[in-house]
Amino acid sequence: MNPSAAPVDLARCSDAPTRSRWYTGIVQRNAILIGGATLLVVLVAAALAPVLAPFDPNMVKPEIQFIRPNAVHLFGTDNFGRDLFSRTVYGARNSFLVGSSVVLMSCLLGTFIGLLAGFYRRLDTLCMGVMDSLMAFPGIVLAVAIMAAIGPRLQNVIIALGVVQIPRVTRLVRSVVLTIVHTQYIEAGRAIGVSDTRILLRHILPNCISPLIVQGTFIFGLAVLGEASLSFLGVGAPPYIPSWGNILGEARVYIRDAPYMMLLPGLALSITILGLNLIGDGIRDWLDPTSVARRLEAQQRAQ
Amino acid sequence: MYGYIARRILQAVPVMMLVATAVFLLLRLTPGDPTDMLLGPEATPERAAELRRDLGLDRPLPVQWAVWFGHVLRGDLGESIFLRRPVVQAIWERAEPTLMLTLLSLSVAVLLGLSLGVLAAVRHGTWADLLAMFISMAGISMPTFWIGLNLILVFAVFLGLLPVAGYKPLSDGLWENVRYLLLPAITLGFYDSALLARMTRSMMLGVLKENYVRTARSIGLPERRVVLRHALRNALIPLLTIVGLMFAGLMGGALVTETVFKIPGVGRLLIQAVVRRDYALVQGIVLVIAGLYVAINLCVDILYGVLDPRISRSESRTT
Repeated sequence: MNPSAAPVDLARCSDAPTRSRWYTGIVQRNAILIGGATLLVVLVAAALAPVLAPFDPNMVKPEIQFIRPNAVHLFGTDNFGRDLFSRTVYGARNSFLVGSSVVLMSCLLGTFIGLLAGFYRRLDTLCMGVMDSLMAFPGIVLAVAIMAAIGPRLQNVIIALGVVQIPRVTRLVRSVVLTIVHTQYIEAGRAIGVSDTRILLRHILPNCISPLIVQGTFIFGLAVLGEASLSFLGVGAPPYIPSWGNILGEARVYIRDAPYMMLLPGLALSITILGLNLIGDGIRDWLDPTSVARRLEAQQRAQ
Repeated sequence: MYGYIARRILQAVPVMMLVATAVFLLLRLTPGDPTDMLLGPEATPERAAELRRDLGLDRPLPVQWAVWFGHVLRGDLGESIFLRRPVVQAIWERAEPTLMLTLLSLSVAVLLGLSLGVLAAVRHGTWADLLAMFISMAGISMPTFWIGLNLILVFAVFLGLLPVAGYKPLSDGLWENVRYLLLPAITLGFYDSALLARMTRSMMLGVLKENYVRTARSIGLPERRVVLRHALRNALIPLLTIVGLMFAGLMGGALVTETVFKIPGVGRLLIQAVVRRDYALVQGIVLVIAGLYVAINLCVDILYGVLDPRISRSESRTT
């Protein structure tokens, strides 16, 4: 014991919850709302792209190249004189297409494999062996490898990014299956002769839904990011498709003379991912019982 | 302890074999092969067949696999078809930039991530917490290459403080090397620091509620000491695993950053090799990365015992 220690500040030692300001609560409690609103704006832009975009996103006009953002060209024009606002709006459409397709593909296939691997022990070693070796690659490297094999088309971007995500979904679903396959209600079902298919679909699958929703939100974000990265590296969507990655890849070359080319399209991309992350975090906290307890505690504190 | 390490290394062998085989199959079962790239579109089928024979690609897959694997066991990763050099040599030449970039990025991630996380936890529920969490949320949401472009724009183009792109080897002096790698390292490390900040915060929030922290405060220890010596040290143990995984992830994830900053590292070599379907080179790089992954995980587990005496040998004996 140090005799010269400062007088004990009793307030510090109490178990009372730490002070919390009102605004942090608002931000935390409304993460889903804030994320959802952000995403809605992007979704509307994507859906209404033909109405919102003042120009054809692929119209080349050499006489108006490198125009800074102004009232006519909100985001400026690029090295071919294409209107960047129109390209960004169409890029949102492209990102949503890729994101939702990748989520659909990876969740369907991943759930299927995960259910089988978790339920039938004999399949487990083989399935998980393949999945683990797929996971041994850094995701972007695997996607680049697949793109190199099957060629730069938008469908192939979806396939490549989907394959990257399948092992992650499989692991998740398998872990859920493993935790409930030995519960009494599953054994009871077996005992009264319910078929495997019915057990899997009616009694096990519903337990996977909520973790899948959370994972799906994050996969959506990762897919949008992945598409942008692949296109940025030049192995993603073909150049004529106005994707955010393509726009940024071209902007990189002109960063000295036309920095605006990358600023606003990149911001659109970042905000979209931010929205998705907020929703994912929000849903996860909402579904997590321990965190609900924490929130109740916070509410009591506020009263 | 030595027995434990030996057992862990033995356990890693089948994993590495599986990874190596998976890469091998993936490369060969997808359409396209190196002869298309080597000969170009005008090649006659006869010429292509001849080249395939020279490269040994006409033999049955199991034979190709056995030959390659036999060489790997003797430490020979084969020869790159395009670079016409041993794979080991090709990787070694590109190793320095990637290693330096990874180490610097990891330092950025740990320094920034831990300080943001600790700050947010200590000031839990205040504007500092909110700001730190906003920064980390932004870090997770911004694509790496866009962060890189913004940094180039501000620090290289506008302010002219740092070079736009490129690489200077360590032999030109440490300062010159770091000057070129600073922006790429921040770019690459920012994502992980954001991740780390979030985890540090939640770990610290948990630890700060522990009884021993209250005890430490009640005997009058300065808050600084309580936070750094009593709380952070305990929060660090689980974080160590994550940092270990990050190190391995950075090695692979460096490829986008290397492209943005035109750094001649392993990441760019890998992209090039994949696109040209340079079989031996791709297999070699992936095997090296997988090996590092395993090695780092082992080091983390050993460090665990050092940091937390409760884990040490009793646990390791059972695993």
